[in-house]
Amino acid sequence: MLEENNLSTACRAASMVEEGRIHKQLYSDEAIFEAELDKVFNSTWVFIGHESEVPEAGSYKTAWVGRQPVILSRDRKLQLHVLENRCRHRGATVCEKRKGKSKSFTCPYHGWGYGLDGSLRGLPKEEEYKGVFAKSDMSLVNLRHETYNGLVFATYKKDIEPLEDFLGGAKKWIDLFVKQGGGYPLKVLGEHRFNFPGNWKIQLENTTDAYHFPIVHKSFISSLDDQTADIFDFLDGEGFVEDLGNGHSVMVMIPELTDLEENLDEPIPERFQKLAEELRQEGVAEPEVKRLVRAAHGTGFNLNLFPNVSCSMAFFRVLRPVSVSETAIHHVALGGEGAPEAFNRKRIRLHEHFQGPMGFGTPDDGEAWERVQKGSIAGPDGWIMVNRGIKNLHQSPDNNPAGEVCSETGMRAAYQQYKKMMSSTEDK
Amino acid sequence: MQSDTQLLISVSEFLWYEADLLDHKSYQEWLQLWTKTGFYIVPAELDETDYLNSVNLAMDDDEMRQLRVKRLENGESVSAASVSGTIRMISRIRIVESSDDQVKVRLAMTLNEMRHGVLVTYPAEVEYTLNRSADGFKIEQKVVKLLHTESYLRTVSFIF
Repeated sequence: MLEENNLSTACRAASMVEEGRIHKQLYSDEAIFEAELDKVFNSTWVFIGHESEVPEAGSYKTAWVGRQPVILSRDRKLQLHVLENRCRHRGATVCEKRKGKSKSFTCPYHGWGYGLDGSLRGLPKEEEYKGVFAKSDMSLVNLRHETYNGLVFATYKKDIEPLEDFLGGAKKWIDLFVKQGGGYPLKVLGEHRFNFPGNWKIQLENTTDAYHFPIVHKSFISSLDDQTADIFDFLDGEGFVEDLGNGHSVMVMIPELTDLEENLDEPIPERFQKLAEELRQEGVAEPEVKRLVRAAHGTGFNLNLFPNVSCSMAFFRVLRPVSVSETAIHHVALGGEGAPEAFNRKRIRLHEHFQGPMGFGTPDDGEAWERVQKGSIAGPDGWIMVNRGIKNLHQSPDNNPAGEVCSETGMRAAYQQYKKMMSSTEDK
Repeated sequence: MQSDTQLLISVSEFLWYEADLLDHKSYQEWLQLWTKTGFYIVPAELDETDYLNSVNLAMDDDEMRQLRVKRLENGESVSAASVSGTIRMISRIRIVESSDDQVKVRLAMTLNEMRHGVLVTYPAEVEYTLNRSADGFKIEQKVVKLLHTESYLRTVSFIF
């Protein structure tokens, strides 16, 4: 019955997505939200984390698929696992920490103990289960997961296409994104966690919205030196937004920062002189100084991967739907594994400057998103417009539809994927 | 425990003064309370001690403090304009260490913010390193350990 209801609700939601606009009710209808968890989050590849977050045997972190708690763990053979965080006995979570190292996961209720691969290892008074079940049938539920260039995704959809096929045109951009380790493997350095009282799709739209930047982030731009402020003045530049298929899109704001391994001979900008000097003092040779300084910026693009992560210039922005009107967000800071300390330190300071609940950028984003949620309740009927630049498209070198940097091409790409998934009648 | 009531009173007076300045958005005067080398730190992980090499919510040296104040004051930030006010309580003040030139203090703070008609409360443990100088105390370090850090914050456009 519930499934049937979800199906008709999902079709209703799908009909609210038109080519250049979506109905405002998609932000506030609780039944639609429940259907989205099923039709979107349980039916696609969902970003779980980065491999470097579980670097060693025994490392783990907790994460979510939609609203469902999971654990990303690395076992003794260094294999990754994505496990449902639910004891097979009576359903308690077996891990409540955000991250850590452990040899096993033990349910606090009756002491069932699971290995890092989810296998049930031991339980008190086991003899009472003799002839009832085999321990091997009572592992923590393993989700199918695959990794691309360090990014770990999991899915509840058993017959889904391979991750690489799902990422498709986005793979090239992931390859470019991970270059910001500055010649070192990309590494998670820490994260900011915050939430806002609004629907998850408001956040999904934001990372492919260049149009808001000079307005919402005026106070951030004012806090930059002139040279850097010029870099962020990109609305009249050569940037673009490209629909990469499957709901993914890339918004290139600063084209000259697309490939961080190019243009390594350019002079070091004023704002990175101090970093360059620190690196030299650490004994770093000049070619590497140049490479690290260029990588310190981060990339000049946001890669939006439907439905829950953006590789956003210098960090991962991961969204989690909590309720129809609440969304949790993680801003994950990145650096280089084994890179000089001064480099990672600079990356962290730049992250803190804009990102997170106390950054100079995010609080103003949060204010705008909150206003969207509040305002969208007004009136019995109304639409959210995503048709900016819809008549000014061109074909990208990869033969994808692309628009100007401040077009809403990426939002339309995400919503068309959303529409497709919500109207799907396929069984999982 | 050896009690130094006079020190506790002078430290409390200074910290209440700081709290009053911040609740009344007297940010320029607040900037004067700092040493040049001081850091205003809001960690992103409560068990972290190496603030320089880890991700914080705020890690402001002198320059960043001035930029943060400028952002809150220049009218360009829409979220800063939405803060109708904060009221903070500080209590449980304890002198942890005291020498001729420095005092380390730990206290409990609850900051209340009214935002879009919703009351948000931030309980925190705050650790201070105060340098003694001829014209009173100067803040050498202020670390604000928010209980919310373990979970999720709302966005913040004021100074803790």
